[in-house]
Amino acid sequence: MLDQTEGYTTADGRKIGGVVMEMKNITLRFGGVEAIKDISFDIREGEIRAIIGPNGAGKSSMLNVISGFYIPQEGQVFYKGAPRPQMKPFEVARQGIARTFQNIALFEGMTVLDNVMTGRLTHMKTGLWGQAIWKGKAEAEETANREVAEKIIDFLEIQAIRKTPVARLPYGLKKRVELARALAAEPSLLLLDEPMAGMNVEEKEDMSRFILDVNDEFGTTIALIEHDMGVVMDLSDRVVVMDYGKKIGDGTPDDVRNNQDVIDAYLGVSHD
Amino acid sequence: MSDQLIYASEVFLNGLMAGVLYALVALGFVLIFKASGIFNFAQGVMALFAAMTLVGIQNGQVPFAHLINAIFGTKIHHFGWHVHSVVAILLTVVVMILLAWMVQRFIFKHLVGQEPIILFMATIGLAYLLEGVADLMWGSEIKKLDVCLAEGTCLPQGINLAIDEATFNLFGYGFFIDNLDITATIIAILLVTALVIFSQYTKQGRAMRAVADDHQAALSVGVSLNYIWILVWSVAGFVALVAGIMWGAKSGVQFSLSLIALKALPVLMLGGFTSIPGAIVGGLIIGVGEKLFEFFMSSGDLAGALFGFTMNATENWFAYVLALIFLVFRPQGLFGEKIIERV
Repeated sequence: MLDQTEGYTTADGRKIGGVVMEMKNITLRFGGVEAIKDISFDIREGEIRAIIGPNGAGKSSMLNVISGFYIPQEGQVFYKGAPRPQMKPFEVARQGIARTFQNIALFEGMTVLDNVMTGRLTHMKTGLWGQAIWKGKAEAEETANREVAEKIIDFLEIQAIRKTPVARLPYGLKKRVELARALAAEPSLLLLDEPMAGMNVEEKEDMSRFILDVNDEFGTTIALIEHDMGVVMDLSDRVVVMDYGKKIGDGTPDDVRNNQDVIDAYLGVSHD
Repeated sequence: MSDQLIYASEVFLNGLMAGVLYALVALGFVLIFKASGIFNFAQGVMALFAAMTLVGIQNGQVPFAHLINAIFGTKIHHFGWHVHSVVAILLTVVVMILLAWMVQRFIFKHLVGQEPIILFMATIGLAYLLEGVADLMWGSEIKKLDVCLAEGTCLPQGINLAIDEATFNLFGYGFFIDNLDITATIIAILLVTALVIFSQYTKQGRAMRAVADDHQAALSVGVSLNYIWILVWSVAGFVALVAGIMWGAKSGVQFSLSLIALKALPVLMLGGFTSIPGAIVGGLIIGVGEKLFEFFMSSGDLAGALFGFTMNATENWFAYVLALIFLVFRPQGLFGEKIIERV
């Protein structure tokens, strides 16, 4: 059985809880290519967990396995202590796992507010007719969902662009809107696929601050992928390091930084 | 006001009403194309199928009667009852939802991620299959469809006479506007209003817009693509039913109805394949343009004086030529998404 109770305390004194998600001996193949080779790790409640590695290490594949976009050939995913049956991505989302994408997948034709509201879809329960005639329960539900959306919009400081169509926004803001939509689902686990890719230093600092604030304010469990080592080390509580589909390190940023395999993977080593 | 101008405004009004019917067909195309990228060639046949099903249910026809009789040697044709129009429409809606489910389950579920041309070919197959099924189910004879769907839903007979009289008093010339066209316009306005409310204010509508915008993102917020596609085909089926009723009432329910799909093509090129307002405005422009052009070209006073000749039956080709001009100068249509090619 999985150990659900034991947690740990981080260096800055935050209490980390039990295991939310456990990946056990995951292997993923595309034809003859093994993108992920027998990897196991866990994600604990309230922590910021990073998956790092050089390009092509299989980080994004791993995130896609967690979010149900890829189905691994071997291994088992445990979610909240129970083995997760094979699921479609939308079913995974309904279970409380929200995500962002490396290449931003927003609804370009909708406004920022509408985009954030789609994040609330999993929380809308009233039937079609109730909504259409806009009465009682449906109305109360819409108001409640709207409040959550507005709170997140305030929190991520995008009030000024609430009514702007997403297509008109610059890249950095789009990334933030995508984060807002994922947060609107009030997820048990938030997956961020390269949240800082393609950003300048200032934007990276903003995004880091938001990720820390989200974790702090809402207690959201976050798993993120990044290949910028510096950013990850400052941000995360524990780090998984991947290289060529294999796990070569797992631990606190300090552990990982001193791990010889990790240093070799990042700085290169001569094979003679 | 000069006489010519008064005639022209009558033609204009009639054109608007005809345009409503074109817009109804184009609307079904746009709904499916937006949500799934499928250009549904079968939309016209769906209108035919819906209208035939409606008439069949109304008249208490036994579905597949010829087939049953041929196999079992029986001689059944009718149940011998007459179904109330409102009930018949509701039953037809159920049939169209069932059709949507089957189309998704047996055809397009297996074609997810295929090239658009393959999806298009599949809809051509669907069109012929559906035409065959419709023939087998309800027979191929021309049927009459009464647009007065039930007592009390019919517009008062006097309404076009009232318009005639009012315009006569105003211009000294009475406008003739077909009762059916007025009914169609009112129903189309109601239908579009309902569609807008549905897509803007309901959870399913929001999910539908999400899928139309980005499949991957829609999945990540918990939207089932399969469910939305069935929903979209159902809505398109409902729009086809409305179009089928209107066209069927105008020219009888017959197999040539499926050709109205071809009339919708120029409308789509004008309005853009992805825009609902585009389908409506495109339909109206084609309707008005076609009627006005016919009016000017066949009038000896105008065309004769200007060009020295007149033309008749321009209605047959006008819409297509207009679409061709649009293809050259504005290929994305009036309201379509801009085509930007990044190199």
